[in-house]
Amino acid sequence: MSRVAEAFDRLRAEGRRGLAPFVVAGRPGLDRLGETLEALEGAGATMVELGVPFSDPIADGPVIAAAMHRALTDGGVRPHAILDAVAQARGRVTIPLVAMVSVSIVHRLGPAAFCRDAAAAGLDGLIVPDAPVDEAAPIRAEAAGAGLTFSHLVGPQTTGDRLARTVGASTGFVYLLARAGVTGERADAPDIAGRVAAIRTQTDLPVACGFGISTPEQVRAVVRHADAAIVGSALVRRIEDAILAGRDPVADAADAVADLARGLDPADG
Amino acid sequence: MSAPQPTPDLTRLPDAAGWFGPYGGSYIPETLAPACAQLAEEYARAASDPAFEEQLGALLRDYVGRPTPIQRADRLTAFVRDGAPAGRGAEIWLKREDLAHTGAHKINNTLGQALLARRMGKSRVIAETGAGQHGVASATAAAHLGLACDVYMGAEDARRQRLNVVRMRLLGARVVEVDAGSRTLKDATNEALRDWMGSVAHTHYIIGSVVGPHPFPMIVRDLQSVIGREARAQCLERLGRPPDAIVACVGGGSNAAGIFFPFIDDTGVRLIGVEAGGLGEAPGRHAAPLNFGTPGVLHGSLSYVMQDADGQTADVHSCSAGLDYPGVGPEHALWKDAGRVDYTRVTDDEALDAFSRLARLEGIIPALESAHAVAHAIDQARRMPAGAVVLVNLSGRGDKDVDEADRLLAERNTRG
Repeated sequence: MSRVAEAFDRLRAEGRRGLAPFVVAGRPGLDRLGETLEALEGAGATMVELGVPFSDPIADGPVIAAAMHRALTDGGVRPHAILDAVAQARGRVTIPLVAMVSVSIVHRLGPAAFCRDAAAAGLDGLIVPDAPVDEAAPIRAEAAGAGLTFSHLVGPQTTGDRLARTVGASTGFVYLLARAGVTGERADAPDIAGRVAAIRTQTDLPVACGFGISTPEQVRAVVRHADAAIVGSALVRRIEDAILAGRDPVADAADAVADLARGLDPADG
Repeated sequence: MSAPQPTPDLTRLPDAAGWFGPYGGSYIPETLAPACAQLAEEYARAASDPAFEEQLGALLRDYVGRPTPIQRADRLTAFVRDGAPAGRGAEIWLKREDLAHTGAHKINNTLGQALLARRMGKSRVIAETGAGQHGVASATAAAHLGLACDVYMGAEDARRQRLNVVRMRLLGARVVEVDAGSRTLKDATNEALRDWMGSVAHTHYIIGSVVGPHPFPMIVRDLQSVIGREARAQCLERLGRPPDAIVACVGGGSNAAGIFFPFIDDTGVRLIGVEAGGLGEAPGRHAAPLNFGTPGVLHGSLSYVMQDADGQTADVHSCSAGLDYPGVGPEHALWKDAGRVDYTRVTDDEALDAFSRLARLEGIIPALESAHAVAHAIDQARRMPAGAVVLVNLSGRGDKDVDEADRLLAERNTRG
């Protein structure tokens, strides 16, 4: 059984909800990846999404796009260096690690080779945000062959037959976009009740929900319906601020995740 | 990402999912997928609706000034023959898209898409622009049809094409300068896509070239094919036959697709696309993905692209903002592989020469983009028999380029 399924099964068995932080690989440097993952796990992360920096991340807002840009220009972070760092770090944490990676990179490296190398490094799943259900078939097949989960994104207007196909093609978990637009922090909590219910008529897979989730209150609102909340920009901003201010980004990231994890506890607030 | 397959009938593409053979598709965030599906459905309805054809036809006639003429370039032809061996030196004709309203072919596309936006009940349009021609054409269509319009433009391009920034603002559009990345067309396209992700419910994204996810490459090609349909009829009327060769510049490839597509079945007509050769053949010095690139995904479709070994989009260069783009439309990728169109390149210097040459010999200041096509046409015509005809798609006029051309020409003079 995959680490992704195990992690969500355990949550369900214990009647808990999860938190999946997103970090940009290479921010901080890849030499600190293991330490970062350990800190995130210790702070309450159920799963970590590792963003592979891409030159043209059209689904990402300014915070993540800027972090990816710095990872590429300052750090020269390359996909295979990320996989090497994952292989080094894998033994330090037990939580699942899924990569979020552009189809442009997967296509260039070759879906078969990329999935094989990703699985060998110890990644557990893939999210390819710019490969929707019809375009992703070749990558999905390779991911399945390599033992990686493949989670499709479900948007606010993904309904009807398209919803059924998108959910039906996913493995591991379904990634629900909390709202339209790009990644980034928002003031309000999204209303996802109806959309989570629509997904649950189609699948038993867990639902993880992200995009614009940045406070413990928003986490709480999301996990009232979804199995897990995904937090990206708010955490990436904390890491970037720490790097720029010369503070320890790993400690700041752990603090941020611990704070957000308060939203998982119904007794708190 | 499909397996290699036999070349399909080039006149009946793309397929229902947006594939031109192995190229094209729809590599977009899920948020945009329903909007692209809605656009494809609305376009199918419009394409079979005589009222749409009539409305667009009237706009193109009365507002744009179509048909644009074809013109024999006598003094340019004489210059070609001066430098050609005996019996060589084809006649050069120009398809005068520079005479269309707003000064370029871009208006053919923006009016059609603005009409589609209105049919879909969308009150706002957005556009990306490189040279500013598509931005001006979008702002113009929006003003004429009563739509709000925001145009994304790389800050470097806004500097190079200041005149068009002013024009867009005068037309009531908001120009959003993009400071990210290389601050050119690619980055403007990223920002326009990001805007659309959040505004898709009431906004239509008027993509300016035959790029992007399905159905954009098909819609833009169809709307621009008015160029080739007119040119074909005009050649039959004036020459009694199609031309021997057609030359068009290729950035994203919309003016080229528009003039080539109606000639695809005329196998005796040689079709030549001219990419930006920039400063040379080294990576980063040009913007010629069909000459030097590899198949990859950029901005929603699979086509030739300039990228590194990891799939990161590479830097490109052209003196012409409209050609300064690392990707190209997927239909061009198929035409290249099928051998139906030849793709070559012209350097910044050669384009500047042609820019000056056309101004002095024909009294036409061409867009720097179109000057690339003129440059290759001169070269091509010299090698063809005197009785042959080369038709150049003069896709736009060069008013927007006078400051930049002046600067580049002065720089070259001091360089010696």
